[in-house]
Amino acid sequence: MSSKQGFSWTWFHRLGSPRWFYQTSGKWLPWLSLLAAWLLLVGLCWGLAFAPQDAKQGNSFRIIYIHVPASFLALAGYYVMAIAGAIGLIWKMKLADMVMKSAAPIGAVLTFVALVTGAIWGKPTWGTYWVWDARITSMLVLLFLYLGVIALQYSYSSQDAASKASAVLSLVGMVNIPIIYKSVDWWYTLHQPATIKFTEAPSMHPDMFQPLLVMILGFYCFYAVALILNTRVEVLYRERRTRWVQDLVEPKIR
Amino acid sequence: MFQFENIQDFIQMGGHGPYVWSAYVISLSVLIWLIISPVRRKAKLLKDIARQQQRDLARHSTNGSST
Repeated sequence: MSSKQGFSWTWFHRLGSPRWFYQTSGKWLPWLSLLAAWLLLVGLCWGLAFAPQDAKQGNSFRIIYIHVPASFLALAGYYVMAIAGAIGLIWKMKLADMVMKSAAPIGAVLTFVALVTGAIWGKPTWGTYWVWDARITSMLVLLFLYLGVIALQYSYSSQDAASKASAVLSLVGMVNIPIIYKSVDWWYTLHQPATIKFTEAPSMHPDMFQPLLVMILGFYCFYAVALILNTRVEVLYRERRTRWVQDLVEPKIR
Repeated sequence: MFQFENIQDFIQMGGHGPYVWSAYVISLSVLIWLIISPVRRKAKLLKDIARQQQRDLARHSTNGSST
């Protein structure tokens, strides 16, 4: 009876084991990296050279192939960070805290990419690099939330306190997410409404949409690779005094 | 189908070249940094751990010879 109960929970404990994560992710990483690189390479060539130009915007439209995927992952990355933070807060799972910490700089970089490519795209399209439009402003708030989580990670001497504070900030910041999504509908401003919706067909020609889809998939894989790489370093650092990490290093010095 | 007449046309992008290329170059460089930075941190961490191990080893061996 008790052994049966123990069995049913092992997956949960294993999932929380940094060592198990390190070993398993090591097997997946090369394949995932290869897939991400391949998708991004195909998507980049397709979007830059082979997709048709936009009737109104001309070739500046090609910026969409990084702007939209980066914005998607900036938002998806926030979910990852906040959910990991919540798991760490509720179940005291150390691995979740490490994932949360690792997700913050990646999310910040992707939000930065979304903002910069948007600004560059805005110049030939709207005639200005920056407007205080609802969508753009709420994305800027997202960047500050990411930066806030990064700052909190380094402002406590105790790792537990830092994790707790970061998790609370990321959960509070979740308020911003529906605002970002709805900003183009609530306030009719300069930023155009979403091109891709789950509920209806995309308002884009398939020749333009297919490379975008490849880029979005590529960005998802890239995000996974970046998150795994960062989390693995965090695992090694926090477990550096344990036997298994010491054994990992030992063969190299002989 | 390649959308441009020639390479020069591809680089100029009908006058939008500077916008398109700067957006792509900036994005790609920060994305590459996102991959390189953890790889370098890991290499440094493993080196630090190895150095610490060697220091411990050296201390143990001198302790052993003195007793």
